[in-house]
Amino acid sequence: MAFPVAAISTLAWRNLWRNHRRTLIMLLAITVGVWAMIFMASLMRGMTDQMVRNGLQTLPGEVQIHQRDYLRDPSVVNSMDAPGGALLARLQEAPVAAWAGRVRVPAVIASERGNRGVTLLGIDPVAEAALGSLPDELVAGRALDGPGDRGLVIGANLARRLETAVGKRVVIMSQDTQNNVAERGARVVGIYRARLQGSEDRYVYAGRAAVQDLLGIGERISEIAVTGHDYRNVAPWVPRIAAAAGTGLEVLPWTELDTFLGSMLVVQDGFALVFMVVVFLALSFGLVNTLVMAVFERVREIGLMQALGMRPGMILGQIMLESLYLLLLGLALGNLLALVTVKPLESGIDISSVAQGMEMVGMGTTLYPVLHTADMLMSTTVVIVLGLLASLAPAWRASRLDPVAALNKT
Amino acid sequence: MTDISCRNLCKTFHQGDATIRALDDVSLDIEEGSFVCLSGPSGSGKTTLLNALGGLDTPDSGEITVGGQRLDLLSKSELAQLRLNRIGFVFQAYNLVPVLSARENVEFIMQVQGVRARERRSLAAAVLAEVGLEDMEERRPAQLSGGQQQRVAVARAIASKPALVLADEPTANLDSRSAAQLMDLFVTLNTERGVTFVISTHDPRVMGYAGRLISMRDGRIVADERQQPHAMAV
Ligand SMILES: Nc1ncnc2c1ncn2[C@@H]1O[C@H](COP(=O)(O)OP(=O)(O)O)[C@@H](O)[C@H]1O
Ligand SMILES: [Mg+2]
Repeated sequence: MAFPVAAISTLAWRNLWRNHRRTLIMLLAITVGVWAMIFMASLMRGMTDQMVRNGLQTLPGEVQIHQRDYLRDPSVVNSMDAPGGALLARLQEAPVAAWAGRVRVPAVIASERGNRGVTLLGIDPVAEAALGSLPDELVAGRALDGPGDRGLVIGANLARRLETAVGKRVVIMSQDTQNNVAERGARVVGIYRARLQGSEDRYVYAGRAAVQDLLGIGERISEIAVTGHDYRNVAPWVPRIAAAAGTGLEVLPWTELDTFLGSMLVVQDGFALVFMVVVFLALSFGLVNTLVMAVFERVREIGLMQALGMRPGMILGQIMLESLYLLLLGLALGNLLALVTVKPLESGIDISSVAQGMEMVGMGTTLYPVLHTADMLMSTTVVIVLGLLASLAPAWRASRLDPVAALNKT
Repeated sequence: MTDISCRNLCKTFHQGDATIRALDDVSLDIEEGSFVCLSGPSGSGKTTLLNALGGLDTPDSGEITVGGQRLDLLSKSELAQLRLNRIGFVFQAYNLVPVLSARENVEFIMQVQGVRARERRSLAAAVLAEVGLEDMEERRPAQLSGGQQQRVAVARAIASKPALVLADEPTANLDSRSAAQLMDLFVTLNTERGVTFVISTHDPRVMGYAGRLISMRDGRIVADERQQPHAMAV
């Protein structure tokens, strides 16, 4: 004989509303719990998203291509040819959204007041802009106007340390391919402010051709930075780029270039899950209590059901279904509440009052919560799976009641 | 075949230091289609015996066979199945599921039995009319009088087409008019459909309906007489 689902679900639903107050309170608790799960997750997503984005901006790019030995020894010796042929073709088609070839070498910048070790970046400003890797804010002077620009754009902090300014000359020194010192005077044409102070001290921008001249490397470059449309989803296309790049070059996704940043996503998924489970554990006490009370109040009826010929499984099913209805209602309301509260906040929450020091972990002063379908699904799964597990004990006990004792209960 | 036979049933309860023999070596045979009354003072073991016959309770020793099936050999689920399809219970009170209307209470068992919706509907309407509740189908138990509730319970028992009805003091909470109505219904079911009835009571007027009157005392059968049934005077 089939399980009488219709009969049992009617009973479960009506029984759920027998004690309105208790059910509504529990429903409210589940709703708020679910909302908290999703809201918290969306804040965490927003935070990591920003950390990763900032990280990608400084890397830069979601994927980088280098000469095999470059990462071990990032000197001019380990440079590569500008892309051509199959690689160039790959870089110009989807899912690549933008790419830029740049020279990147350690260098020393000196003014008459001091000198600092920096990373000299020889760039094509237009390509870098498309990549989103240029500093956000220019505070003085102008931006580089092309790969042939012979000026320098330096960070505000560096300018302060060197006591230099727009229009003043500095000397930039590096090593050429023969390990000789290559140096050249250059004029500071722009000063930028970066989101992270560390970057301001470290990166000095110059036209790519000018740097190539200085180092005597012709058209060669140090790295190619590539971005797609979704940094979470680079794994599928990295191998295709790698195949086109050939064996002399190494193609690495950001998750491997910056393993700390790469682990963020995994760690964050873990955090979100742990948070959800913890919230639910708190809820489950209320849920179990509600069910225990519901069963306790109906002991006589359960005895009656048994006398009428309901098998233990049907009684178990009825209590589980009652719990499931409650959970589903709470989930629906909680998700809805999360939707209407998080969506308006996605344009950003100003956290500057509490954000002092946040920038050392790669955060800005505005937090952008992100509502992920995955988080809604994750909270739904957590609530249903754990909720049903928690309900199992009271439901089991109800199904194992001794019918005679149950019927005698007044 | 729904003959009932019990052999040497014993059931003891322990209450503090006292040992209560609720059933003390009870042996009994009831033929299909009988209308049997169990009488005896409160505490004589009537309820315990009925519960044992319906497989709700297991005796400490002895053997019960209902319709050829040894109850001690059946699992909980199989016992439930037996009650669902062959045995109707009518208790003294609270026989109905409070969250279901009269009609739904009647339909519920049929639904569990797997009867189709249309058939269920028409049968429920028919049996509720048969017990005189055609206007009260949609009422919840709380909106029905005690007598009406008992009649819904009987309607439910009729609809589930049991071969045996075990009724434990079904009239105890009823005024004599309602009690007579209920007993008349039982008799009709017994004579027209051949349903076997075992009814416990200590109401002498109810005993009058029975073709066989079994008296119990201290867990033992002290008398077992056949008699000419007669309806109660209202
Ligand atoms: N669950 C129980 N625990 C202890 N004693 C019980 C229990 N059920 C019944 N008894 C005792 O068993 C005896 C028979 O009870 P019962 O079958 O209910 O009698 P009746 O229905 O004839 O009034 C009584 O003395 C009663 O107190
Ligand atoms: Mg009794």
